[in-house]
Amino acid sequence: MKKSLKVIGKPTPKLDGHLRVSGKAVYGHDISLPNMLYGAILRAQYPCAKIKAIDVSKAAKLPGVVCVITADDVDVAHMSHKRDHPVLKKGEVNCIRDEIAAVAASTKEIARKALRLIEVEYEVREGIFDPADALQEDAPGINKYARGDEGKNIAQTFHYEHGDIEEQKAKSTCIVKRRYVLPRVTHCCLETSVVTADYSQSDGRLTLYSSTQVPFLYQRDMARVLKMDPSNIRVVQPVIGGGFGSKLDMYPFEPICALLSMTCGQPVQIAFSREEEFVASPTRQAMVIDLTTGADAEGRFTFREVEITKDNGAYTSWGATTSFVMMQTFSSLYHAPACVFDARAVYTNNPYAGSFRGYGNPQSTFALERNIDLMAEELAMDRAAIRLVNANYKGEKTGQGLEYATCGHKDALDTVIAKSDYTRKKREYKDAPSARYKRAMGFASMLHVAGGAKIYRSDGCGTTVKLDNFGHLIIITGSSEIGQGSETVLAMMACEELGIDMSKIKVINTDTDIKPWDVGVHASRTSFVAGNSLLGAIGRLKDKISPWAARYLKTDIEDLDYDNGEIGCKTSGRSVKIDKVVRELHFQDPNVLCMESYYYEPASDFQDAGYKGNVSGAYAFASQAIEVEVDTYTGQVKVLDVYVGQDVGRVLNPLGLMGQIEGGVVMGMGYALTEELVVAKGQVVNPTFHNYKIPSACDIPEIHFYPIETHDQAGPYGAKGVGEAPLIPTPAAIANAVSNALGVEINALPMTPENVLKAIKDRP
Amino acid sequence: MNDSEESRVLSEQKNAHIRMIVNDEEIEVSFAAYKTLLEVLREDLRLSGTKHGCELGECGACAVLLDGEPVLSCLTLGLECDGRVITTVEGLAVDARLHPIQEAFADLGGTQCGYCTPGILVTVKALLDRVSRPTREQIREALSGVICRCTGYQQIFESVEAAVERTTEGES
Repeated sequence: MKKSLKVIGKPTPKLDGHLRVSGKAVYGHDISLPNMLYGAILRAQYPCAKIKAIDVSKAAKLPGVVCVITADDVDVAHMSHKRDHPVLKKGEVNCIRDEIAAVAASTKEIARKALRLIEVEYEVREGIFDPADALQEDAPGINKYARGDEGKNIAQTFHYEHGDIEEQKAKSTCIVKRRYVLPRVTHCCLETSVVTADYSQSDGRLTLYSSTQVPFLYQRDMARVLKMDPSNIRVVQPVIGGGFGSKLDMYPFEPICALLSMTCGQPVQIAFSREEEFVASPTRQAMVIDLTTGADAEGRFTFREVEITKDNGAYTSWGATTSFVMMQTFSSLYHAPACVFDARAVYTNNPYAGSFRGYGNPQSTFALERNIDLMAEELAMDRAAIRLVNANYKGEKTGQGLEYATCGHKDALDTVIAKSDYTRKKREYKDAPSARYKRAMGFASMLHVAGGAKIYRSDGCGTTVKLDNFGHLIIITGSSEIGQGSETVLAMMACEELGIDMSKIKVINTDTDIKPWDVGVHASRTSFVAGNSLLGAIGRLKDKISPWAARYLKTDIEDLDYDNGEIGCKTSGRSVKIDKVVRELHFQDPNVLCMESYYYEPASDFQDAGYKGNVSGAYAFASQAIEVEVDTYTGQVKVLDVYVGQDVGRVLNPLGLMGQIEGGVVMGMGYALTEELVVAKGQVVNPTFHNYKIPSACDIPEIHFYPIETHDQAGPYGAKGVGEAPLIPTPAAIANAVSNALGVEINALPMTPENVLKAIKDRP
Repeated sequence: MNDSEESRVLSEQKNAHIRMIVNDEEIEVSFAAYKTLLEVLREDLRLSGTKHGCELGECGACAVLLDGEPVLSCLTLGLECDGRVITTVEGLAVDARLHPIQEAFADLGGTQCGYCTPGILVTVKALLDRVSRPTREQIREALSGVICRCTGYQQIFESVEAAVERTTEGES
């Protein structure tokens, strides 16, 4: 019989919740070191210009200024995986974010004043702001460091295909071709970007207090840029005020801060203002998706042809690689016998994109799910029915080679169709008299990696566990906490396995000098990968402890039960306190240390050159049914109810899970309805919360969540990753609902009142 | 610049001097006259619990109570606070025990990354001081000026409602 679980599956407050509500949590902005200086960065005044001269002499003379640096003062390598991004720009600027000079001063006011004293002489050039213009034959090259092996002004391309497109086209009763236009949106972490660099001239070591979500890749990237030994760089992560993918790349302000500290020999902090955050922190890629899809007379999907043009901006970030994820949706979400996918990231003089929760998937899901609704319409099929016919299933191996050991797609669809009372409401709304307020429901599903994603050389995570003499457990994990609650989930697993109370478990995860390697927080991987790593380490620890305890209790290892801080014997009922066992092991002869380490690597595959292979240890599926009411007079869209069915494998912490679901759906609502970072001729025109609207407490619909538990053998206790999934189908489902309510086609975001009114006006 | 010049530059800045009661403690503080209350709290009093979010009065992360009313400390000059009573997140705890509002937020998922939490907590404190059993609509309205990017607000509403239950249990 399966043992019932003590804490897994029970609502558990965050391990450090009390710290976060007390005001005592130390975030990056709260770091203050002795003798610390404040850094500030001079950015380009124009998105495309030649720099004829820079004069920093007046700034350098300002009392309180300790140093001023420009590209001429530093010896550094370029940034980004394409090595196309200079830290400080020399001779020309290609983006409004471009860093030209940096100052360190005794106060932030003096640092800002010094920036105003730097004189830059520009020769303004005409920039290129539309990827289509950048692809013209006579367009000038935008990034002179681009390798150009994929074509002029093309940063990165992806080509993927499976199946026989022509054969599938011949089988198709309906073929729908549409263009989808997705805007640039940004993370809006409540804490603006910040880093504190502390270089010690005596031992050549650099300590960075950084909000990175990938500390070990960051350490390596920083070392390469600064031409340092990576081991001389220590990355310490303070409490992080929001991540959402924004901290996957290293950005120029971080090595600049290190360079200022190395120049001055004092600690230096750079913290962004909110305006700087809007202008100079990453965005989700703006892109145009041309999608053609087909279905046969029964509604079975036949093929997908996809062409994507992404606005890369002036430099390349990890964001250019979102195609890895985007192609999975086209190749493997629903039945997909044939697929051809081409994507290219095109240089422009716009602000460059980065990675954002969902990693391209909200965009591809939007396009695919809109096309599905249009095919249903053309085939006169019910919108729910066409999805059910094509739903993914357990045991399926997709054209791309993804293997669904478990799959809750159909369950998720069935659940939201039933719970939303769709069938009745569909009739009701169809018969409703024409009125000002129109209601309708929209569906969308999603597929996302949920057991890591093997795109780096290792997708692994290391863990060390240490039991102390007093029965407390220290978990030293490579993974990072960015507010998502992974520390708590790890502590719950340890509590479950060792029977040690949550209050006696600590998680250490903020220092690269201490913690073992991990690829980082991304791809919804932490509970799955760090969780399995922890279980491996605990298994080894038990292998040390259990034999002693079994001997002491005069029983077999299989007869032991870890509970309530004790190791008990199931048959006799005798027990020994776990701290006594530890002391005995530590002080016996030979002495045995109660500390063990483990490295977990998911049993997934590297994809081949054609991007085929089982890239993740597990896959998440979700369906959402969203009901909206549209005011046809004002164009205002009100989201009434959101029904979420999501395959989470198994619920680990319902409290944390609900937080991820609700937070994700609301973030998806912002993308759908109100958010757009407006960039005109390379300039960000709405860099404030007043003009860039994210959802507030007044905008929140009822969110009904139905976890689908498929118990994936590969996951810890059967769990899968959950973090990104909740926002991925939301924009698509809302767009489908609004399109259905109004009888229009919403093929672009955001659905602001003016855009909705325009769609009504343009209705054929 | 020599050392005496630098110290002159720095000393000239602390040209404002006020008294106020911060978290039940009477204090005197000198600071540069242009500083906002947010800067005085964080930089001169080292109370870093109050957060910098936008410095434009748009996000609510810097909310504190001024004479019991929530204000955005990034839009309030330090000089305006002479003789007044300030409560920050650090002052919500009573006798080193978390306030029931704080307890509820920690227990029920009302805080994820936690950066907006201090501003939300003091805003909720002011709401509950005014309305002992607010409706969901009143909670929404009270919190409409404080942005949270992590939670989707639902667990924040639930935390507030739980705090109400916990504080009124003893009274009924």
